[in-house]
Amino acid sequence: MGDGVTAVTADVAAPPARIRTPAEVRRARYIGFSYLVMAALALWFGTLSVGNGDARLGLARPTDPSFPDLVFNASALAFVVAVLLAVAGGVQLSRGFGRWQNAVLGVAIVLVVFAFLGWATAQSGIGSFSFIGMLNEMVVRSVPITVGALAGVLCERVAVINIAIEGQLLGGAFVAVLVASLLSSPDDALFLGAPIGGWIGVGAAMLAGALLAWFLAVLAVRYRVDQIIVGVVINIFVLGLTSFLTVRVLAANAHLNQGPIFKPLSVPLLSDIPVIGPVVFQHNFFVFAMFGLVILLTFGLFRTRWGLRSRAVGEHPKAADTLGVDVYRMRYLNVLLGGLVAGLGGAFFTLGSVGRFDENMTNGRGFIALAAMIFGRWHPVGALSAGLVFGFAEALRQKLGILQTPIPSEFLAMAPFLATILVVAGLVGRARPPAADGQPYVKE
Amino acid sequence: MSDQSDDRAEPPIPPGGPPEVEEPPPPGVGRRLFEELTGVGVDWRTALLVPALAIFSALVVGGIIIFVTDIDLWRDFSGDTVSNTLGEVRDAFTALFTGSFGSLRALSETLTSTAPLILAGLSVAIGFQAGLFNIGTEGQILIGGMAAAYVGFALDLPIVLHLPVVILAAIIGGGIWGGIPGFLRARTGAHEVITTIMLNSIAIFLVDYLLTNSLFQVEGRQDPISQTVDTSARFPRLLGFLDRSDLRVHLGIFVALLFAYAVYWLLYKSTIGFEFRAVGANPHAARYAGMSVTFLYVAVMAIAGALGGLAGSMQINGVLYRATPGFSANIGFDAISLALLGRSHPAGVAVAGLLFGALRAGGQEMQVASNVAIDLIFVIQALVVVFIAAPALIRAIYRVKTGEGAGQLTKGWAT
Repeated sequence: MGDGVTAVTADVAAPPARIRTPAEVRRARYIGFSYLVMAALALWFGTLSVGNGDARLGLARPTDPSFPDLVFNASALAFVVAVLLAVAGGVQLSRGFGRWQNAVLGVAIVLVVFAFLGWATAQSGIGSFSFIGMLNEMVVRSVPITVGALAGVLCERVAVINIAIEGQLLGGAFVAVLVASLLSSPDDALFLGAPIGGWIGVGAAMLAGALLAWFLAVLAVRYRVDQIIVGVVINIFVLGLTSFLTVRVLAANAHLNQGPIFKPLSVPLLSDIPVIGPVVFQHNFFVFAMFGLVILLTFGLFRTRWGLRSRAVGEHPKAADTLGVDVYRMRYLNVLLGGLVAGLGGAFFTLGSVGRFDENMTNGRGFIALAAMIFGRWHPVGALSAGLVFGFAEALRQKLGILQTPIPSEFLAMAPFLATILVVAGLVGRARPPAADGQPYVKE
Repeated sequence: MSDQSDDRAEPPIPPGGPPEVEEPPPPGVGRRLFEELTGVGVDWRTALLVPALAIFSALVVGGIIIFVTDIDLWRDFSGDTVSNTLGEVRDAFTALFTGSFGSLRALSETLTSTAPLILAGLSVAIGFQAGLFNIGTEGQILIGGMAAAYVGFALDLPIVLHLPVVILAAIIGGGIWGGIPGFLRARTGAHEVITTIMLNSIAIFLVDYLLTNSLFQVEGRQDPISQTVDTSARFPRLLGFLDRSDLRVHLGIFVALLFAYAVYWLLYKSTIGFEFRAVGANPHAARYAGMSVTFLYVAVMAIAGALGGLAGSMQINGVLYRATPGFSANIGFDAISLALLGRSHPAGVAVAGLLFGALRAGGQEMQVASNVAIDLIFVIQALVVVFIAAPALIRAIYRVKTGEGAGQLTKGWAT
């Protein structure tokens, strides 16, 4: 993902200096100003927290072995953060951080979030809240977003735009609970936290996702229908059909809408690590599946023949074709794989969380997944990071309700979408899709 | 661009400005009128055949879905249950028809739903004509509707002034919300499909926020419902003289038709409309011919947004009289199907709008009269679009000749 800037050697004595394009200079300036804005925000949190005392962020759940809480003075931390950010802004505007630019930006955002949490906790009167609970919530909520984004990555790496992630998630959620309810009863033996019927439900959800993906592939690859239109149509179709079936079938037959909920599993040893253990290694199957898929796809896309061919088809299908890669076959294959992955993400909504289906229960998560895919720059690890960031925003939104902060939670809910617009507009960083994305291929 | 029934095919534009459009040999009067109204060239029988067969096929599939989802049939498959289920399918379709055209009330309901659908469909269609995919109509409806609602209850004006001001507010609100993605596309290359999807979600949360804010909320209430708009800010009911509260059809349907004509005029009779279509056919050629692509993208999206915003005011000031969460009722997503069915032509959009309005009104009746949820009509609409977009399917099923499909309407987001 280089940005195409050539390194130019200046003097013999001086190290090679990169000449920055006007767009990069502008971006660096935007980032510099955003540091100053963040510094002002931290300063504001600081002045608001004066006299409110300490904030206590819990790092262990009541069931975990005891671990000290994170205690700090809310206003002091905010003032320190404000100073640090002001300095960072000055450096960014004058000299720049060079290759550390994004890392510094990440740290800065984390600092502002802490300043904010400190103020929110201190002002609530309770003075403490379970930080670990929120991190746990973040990981859980990131599952459908990340898995949906991975499905998008699989499709778009072979240049098929998949707007239908939302529909695939919703379809998967419905089929999973229907099949699992039919094939399981409460006293079945559990296998890795779920009865066999639950596992069959997950498989059925993946097949449902693949069926919708097959539909997308046939229309987009074979009939060369506009991919965005097919995606929109699949979304409308699945929303209509699942809502229709919920009213017609599930409402009158409650036993068909009572799926088993997958029980949490603990990884031996690793789950005993304080803080990280409960956050990463004590979850149900879907969370581990998410981490596994990220590793698998990163390896697959960048270290295997399949991955190289996929990326070639997405960047330059004609060249790939000339070298003997079957473009159509790769596109069918990857879109179907994407469908399997999205179906798995869909099953999370029912079997991985509440155990029952409700109309439109994905509620736009597929679009957040699309945003996460773009935000993560079409890379599996990027998708996971974006998924965690968006999951954090969702978890924070829920906790703010408990802390009763005067900040309306709707603005926090908008944040992922706003961030995505900023990224695609190139104001902060630049997201570059595969070169042939969305273009049908006509074999000569 | 080889599509014979696609009206976006423009003659290549040589440098030095748009040339005179070459006149085809004079056809018969009937065909000329048809072409004039729809922009469809040459084989107009196939042009009508595909939509008709698409709608028919979608309804058949809808019937099959009702049939196979009857749970009684699955428990006990016998002659009785089959005939029961067939009866249910028949009842559902009867209700779908009587609920849309079967009575004065049904007709009134159909036209009430048609008005915002036409405007929203125009919003998507004008984008398609200029090569832009406006998925953001839903958000534009929400923002335009909120602007119209606010002006509707906050200002105190006589009716001759109040309603025009409401319409203007909806146009400005929606226009700004639509103009943002246009600006971003023109200046930064950010693809409008991504930005409009994101702006839809932002609009939903913005409405949630505003409805619990003292600016909009009824004083002393907790639920997210706005204040009621003044009587002077409502679209007058057309059948008000009959003094029946169930005849909700309002002036909006004429406003919608007026705007359909205005969009037709703009696209096919004005210079700027020619430029819209030129930039849709080939932005590079348009730029080479001296047109400002930046201006055109912003203008197209702002107009599209304005039309969406107006659709929002139809919901607020014509039907609900106050803003509630989800007042857009998915109209913005139906609009995409609608624009495709109407082949992105204002006349086609108006006819398709009537069809979708009838489905919505009939769907309500169907839900009440039989055990079939209104969501079925969204399935039917999605199927219609599948058949329209991929006429190869129609060709295969009915063994008829058809033109090519919608083809590639937008460019992928790799710019």
